[in-house]
Amino acid sequence: MKKFVLVFRGGDTHISTAHSQAAMDVIQTWNNWMQGLAEKGILAGGDALQVSGKNVKGSKKVVSDGPYAVGNEMVGGYLIVNAKDINDAVEISKGCPILNEEGSVEVRQVQERN
Amino acid sequence: MVNLNEKELIAQLFKTEYRKIISVLCKLFGILHIEIAEDITNDTFVLASETWGLNGIPENPTAWLYTVAKNKTKDYLKRHKTFSEKIVVDFKLDHNQTEEIEVDLSHKNITDSQLQMIFAICNPIIPAEAQIGLALRILCGFGIDEIAEAFLTNKETINKRLFRAKEKLREENIKIELPTENDLNKRLESVLTTLYLLFNEGYHSSTQNTHLRKELCLEAMRLNYFLIENKTTNLPIVNALMALMCFHSSRFEARTNQIGEPILYDQQDKNLWNEELITKGNFYLIKSAQGNELSKYHLEANIAYWHCSKIENPYKWNNILQAYNQLLLIEYSPITALNRTYALAQVKGKKASIKEAEKLNLIDNHFYFSLLGYLHTDIDNAKAIFYFEMALLKAKTKNDKSILNKKLSDLNAKITANS
Amino acid sequence: MKEFMMIFKSEINESFGPTPEQMQGNIQQWMDWFGGIAAQGKIVNANRLSFEGKTLKPNNVIVDGPYAEVKEIIGGYVIVKAANIDEAMKLAEGCPILNHGGHVEVRSIIAMNG
Repeated sequence: MKKFVLVFRGGDTHISTAHSQAAMDVIQTWNNWMQGLAEKGILAGGDALQVSGKNVKGSKKVVSDGPYAVGNEMVGGYLIVNAKDINDAVEISKGCPILNEEGSVEVRQVQERN
Repeated sequence: MVNLNEKELIAQLFKTEYRKIISVLCKLFGILHIEIAEDITNDTFVLASETWGLNGIPENPTAWLYTVAKNKTKDYLKRHKTFSEKIVVDFKLDHNQTEEIEVDLSHKNITDSQLQMIFAICNPIIPAEAQIGLALRILCGFGIDEIAEAFLTNKETINKRLFRAKEKLREENIKIELPTENDLNKRLESVLTTLYLLFNEGYHSSTQNTHLRKELCLEAMRLNYFLIENKTTNLPIVNALMALMCFHSSRFEARTNQIGEPILYDQQDKNLWNEELITKGNFYLIKSAQGNELSKYHLEANIAYWHCSKIENPYKWNNILQAYNQLLLIEYSPITALNRTYALAQVKGKKASIKEAEKLNLIDNHFYFSLLGYLHTDIDNAKAIFYFEMALLKAKTKNDKSILNKKLSDLNAKITANS
Repeated sequence: MKEFMMIFKSEINESFGPTPEQMQGNIQQWMDWFGGIAAQGKIVNANRLSFEGKTLKPNNVIVDGPYAEVKEIIGGYVIVKAANIDEAMKLAEGCPILNHGGHVEVRSIIAMNG
């Protein structure tokens, strides 16, 4: 088994902090999906990220507010999963709710140490 | 055989044979009756000291001990019918054998029983200190007084600690056997942790008794060797720990002066480093490199390997630094953080490392101030003195204080000479 | 202490082809920087990502390569402990990517499952 990171980009409601029923439903969908992965022993870690953030850039270390990318490049969260290979990991990603919100999942293998 | 009087001989045999007899008996009776095994083994040695003094030392003392242990066991089983019947039930022995339960003191059974006892005792259901104590008592044949000295405490505390630990093992009815394949890695991990702590107890212990400290290290290595000798447990991680122990103990003679005071690494006489142990360490280090696992023991063995290199250059220290970087990603500890920063100073210079050292902010640790004192030495000696004095305030043991006082007087002499 | 994620990003450079020595030196710079944060006991988890990847988009569209339609590639990430985002920014300052035209995005983590 190898480890893959699924990076969630774009979408619009998954990062909502509003307590609306719609937002709660979205959270529920995510929870259900992750619960399913956890039960199968696929899930190895992950977090959602807050929308606000800061950036540090270049050798002058210029700090600016806000995440850089906007819209469909914006990273909303990530999961680490155990998968046989990259195709297996892509297969796992197919259940991700972000795909219903026009977002995308980037699948990357974690480099093994050494 | 060297001419030993019977007292010396019994003391020596106690060290080598007690553990064998007791392991075999524990294995035979089960952990529930660990105290009966202890009593029979103790009685065997009591009888030896009573009769050898009167009748002289027997021709084959070890065989004598084994025979007496066997007979005492048989007597015990005869006198305690219900107990022996219970053992027969527990071990599903043939009922016709009730009268003749065999005490198997063959080399193979002794080795197997000891290995299984290691797994039974190095069990996280009892606290680490108690595991080490019980290991020293049962697996290493240490006296209660020696264990008390190693832990800088009294016999009563140790007796209580061991009593509670045995009770816990009985309550949980721990089986004396090798773990199953599925459990092996996890169980092995706790065994290695205990052996590592036992070794460190000897290597870093605050007792001044150099002989005792060396014994603790040797015992840790001896127990580790049981794991290496057995095919199932001879895994890369076990070899990594063994390599680490070999490299560390190679510097044992160089680490202290005649009156037991410590000599720091950069002032040690490298000719006193034990080449044979370094060679052994290299052997186990190579064996540990099989497979993909990179445990903390691998990294620590790697660091110890470079420390055994007599050449001083940035290349050596960069390798040490890289291993510390990786070690910290596996497991943070203040001492690793401090050692990493010392290595950084050897690679990037003292000045560049001061800022990194200050970020550690380990203000309760005297080594932290000692490191800052070292980094400021020759750069800002007034500050260096300030930090060494801070370290002196925080230091607890006599040895640590004497090292710091020496550094302070050296620094003061330097300042006076320069003014 | 809160947890923050630092995401290492740089623009895609097609001609990027370092020598093994450069790679080695680069890894060492990263490890020295990680080691410095780890020595403060502030690393929670770190992963370097392989450059190969795939992206899954809605309607089962699979695109090869991690950087499909994204100007910047994520090289890896680390989760650190810090009192607040400004302390996290301080930790980010030594990151080697800043010397190679990249930048570090620092985002506060929303813990999953409450």
